[in-house]
Amino acid sequence: MLKLKFILPFIIFSLLVVLLFVGLSNDPRKVPSPLVGKPTPGFELPQLKDPSKSFNPDMLKGKVWLLNIWASWCSGCRVEHPILNELAKRKMLTMVGFNYKDTNDDATKWLAQFGNPYDVVATDQDGSVGFDYGVYGVPETFFIDKKGIIRYKHIGPVSYKDLTEKLIPLIKQLKAET
Amino acid sequence: MIPEFGQFALVVGLVCAFLQTTVPLVGAYKNIPAWISVARPAAQAQFLSLAVSFACLVYVFIQNDFSVLYAAQNSNTKLPLEFRISAVWGAHEGSLLLWALVLALWTYAVTIFSKKIPDVMIARVLAVMGFISIGFMLFILVTSNPFTRIFPAPLEGRDLNPLLQDFGLIIHPPMLYMGYVGLSVAFAFAIAAMLAGRLDAAWARWSRPWTSIAWVFLTLGIALGSWWAYYELGWGGWWFWDPVENASFMPWLVATALMHSLAVTEKRGCFKAWTVLLAVFAFSLSLLGTFLVRSGVLTSVHSFASDPERGLFILIFLIIVVGGSLILYAWRAPAIKSTSKFKFFSKENALLMNNILLIVAAASILLGTLYPLVIDALGVGKISVGPPYFNSVFVPIMVPLIVLMGVGVLIRWKEDNFQRIQKHVFKYVVISLALGVLSAWFMPHLTIGAVIGVTVAWWVVLSMSFNFMQRFKNRELSISALQKTPRSYYGMHIAHIGIAVFTVGVTLTSIYSTEKDVMLTPGQSYSMAGYEFKFAGAKRIVGPNYQGERGKVIVTQDDQVIAVMEPEKRIYTVQRSPMTEAAIDAGLTRDLFVAMGEPRGTEGGWALRLYHKPYIRWIWLGCIIMGIGGLLAATDKRYSKAK
Repeated sequence: MLKLKFILPFIIFSLLVVLLFVGLSNDPRKVPSPLVGKPTPGFELPQLKDPSKSFNPDMLKGKVWLLNIWASWCSGCRVEHPILNELAKRKMLTMVGFNYKDTNDDATKWLAQFGNPYDVVATDQDGSVGFDYGVYGVPETFFIDKKGIIRYKHIGPVSYKDLTEKLIPLIKQLKAET
Repeated sequence: MIPEFGQFALVVGLVCAFLQTTVPLVGAYKNIPAWISVARPAAQAQFLSLAVSFACLVYVFIQNDFSVLYAAQNSNTKLPLEFRISAVWGAHEGSLLLWALVLALWTYAVTIFSKKIPDVMIARVLAVMGFISIGFMLFILVTSNPFTRIFPAPLEGRDLNPLLQDFGLIIHPPMLYMGYVGLSVAFAFAIAAMLAGRLDAAWARWSRPWTSIAWVFLTLGIALGSWWAYYELGWGGWWFWDPVENASFMPWLVATALMHSLAVTEKRGCFKAWTVLLAVFAFSLSLLGTFLVRSGVLTSVHSFASDPERGLFILIFLIIVVGGSLILYAWRAPAIKSTSKFKFFSKENALLMNNILLIVAAASILLGTLYPLVIDALGVGKISVGPPYFNSVFVPIMVPLIVLMGVGVLIRWKEDNFQRIQKHVFKYVVISLALGVLSAWFMPHLTIGAVIGVTVAWWVVLSMSFNFMQRFKNRELSISALQKTPRSYYGMHIAHIGIAVFTVGVTLTSIYSTEKDVMLTPGQSYSMAGYEFKFAGAKRIVGPNYQGERGKVIVTQDDQVIAVMEPEKRIYTVQRSPMTEAAIDAGLTRDLFVAMGEPRGTEGGWALRLYHKPYIRWIWLGCIIMGIGGLLAATDKRYSKAK
């Protein structure tokens, strides 16, 4: 009596469940990045303020810096942005914005609206460099030490708690290293 | 003692739900009247227990009892009373308790308003609802107990997230939950009908008012959420295609489809299997939404608390409920026979098109929401799908749907021919196009998008008005004739006109909004969209649990003062989070919106963001009109008559 047409909803649902199970085990905030402990992938990207100039990570050798992946279309970025502004006020490290799959127009307007915590913003319009960084959910923030090694990757919006309990101690530690 | 008592009441509720599920189900199966009659009292006792439990949690918050962990995490002695109460559902544990309470409330309502329905049917319906209650109460007790104590108790609580300290958030979650959970009634009727093997038109008739009421709550709940996001987040937008918004919108689309297909099933006896499936889908999407929001598989602005352990529990529950329903469907649906036939050009087919479009829309939103998960599961990386995807997929589905709406109402059941209505259709298409162009002409500049949007809205209004008057073609239009007209007839037309109002709002706001970031020192002004915004400086303010600055902007038009706007920038003391309280001057044809950015320079200058949003109120006005329509339809007299 069972007909395929009537079992189909159940089959589709089963596939969905498999997907949700996998999704559940891949907690978006906890996946270790294979990049942690490795040097920053090299790139050369135009700067937002002046596209004729470019930015590459070697320019910051010897400094502790962070690379914040953001986009004007990303709602999580709006949530974390005040926290980044707060961090920028403390002038603890060089902050590099990485504008991902966005247009320069939208990005500039967005920064004008919410404030610009970045010392420099690199623009990756087609997302090709983001791919090298394994960007999988915007926002993401990489912390890079003086030797140009990625030491930590924060996935999802940075909260005030993350900042005070985890990130500021981390930055202090990285700065203390020689 | 009070928290322990609340927890005890919750356990009592669980026991009641267990009785409510098992005894009537066995009774219905073996046909034992005494066992069947257990359903109603058990359900009422369950509601009472949950109400007591919830009241205990409210009491804990009012009394600032920070020995209860949940209160310590989400409240504060300086938090005003109304927010201490709304803080009860401000985070995970309490919002689940609210979920369970709302479900018990719907169950209770079913026991009251079902005198005309056979006891054995109601026993099955209540059993299904009881089963869902069991799942949620177990979930609360096992993974998310709001009554857990901490020792030593902190002196002060960590305060409620400042985003949630707002009037909109007091009523938005309860409304939305009424809608989400209300869909469980139609679901329970569908499952009960399948269990009984009686998938006739009767269950559709019983489910219709419940579905409409749930839909009204869902509509208003979503509209409230959108309104809240608009004024509280300070981004000037009203919809962000955020996963949590999508989680509430998908059940809405499916519930809308369900309302229409229930009408076909009840009136014409066809689409029976499909309607059952929709009832299952609508509630499944509510559960899926709860899963997405509460498990943290997707990152979202709304995911204030998420936890994979909890996600696993909900997922298993989802598998049992939805998987079980779909297996039942695969077993029972093949026996369903349609009792009537219809021709290609008929209202049945128009409603089928409506269903297809709505389901395609819901499916594409589901796809966009889950796509990041798919990519992740395949191990190719992770991505976010943004508004560009949703807008480009959604709008092309909605335009034909709204156009079809105007034609659909004119078509007769069973069999019709286009020649009969073509005269009217052509006439109103031409008039609405003319009115559309004319209306768009009055806007600052003419665009194709605006002409399409407004024309479509006029088309709906005209064809609805015409169709409404058709009733009086052969009878006199008088007060008594209007009084005799069924409420559902009014409801249907009004709800559709609500869609037209909504469409105008969305179209004009998205096309003609202007926004500008300016830096103004006190005394300076800026002109935008014919309004002059003059900044009169900012001063320090101190609130109960925040400090901040309040700016003053005087808006004039042709030297007439239109509004004095006072946007604020607040820092909440406990959580140290900055909040933008935008100032809004609302109007029927436009909103003016001023948000404070950062202080600039030494002369008291501020970065300000100015918006001019034409017709944005029409978006929510449309939703309210839809809600009124739904309410009229649900309270039609014929549902309370015995049959």
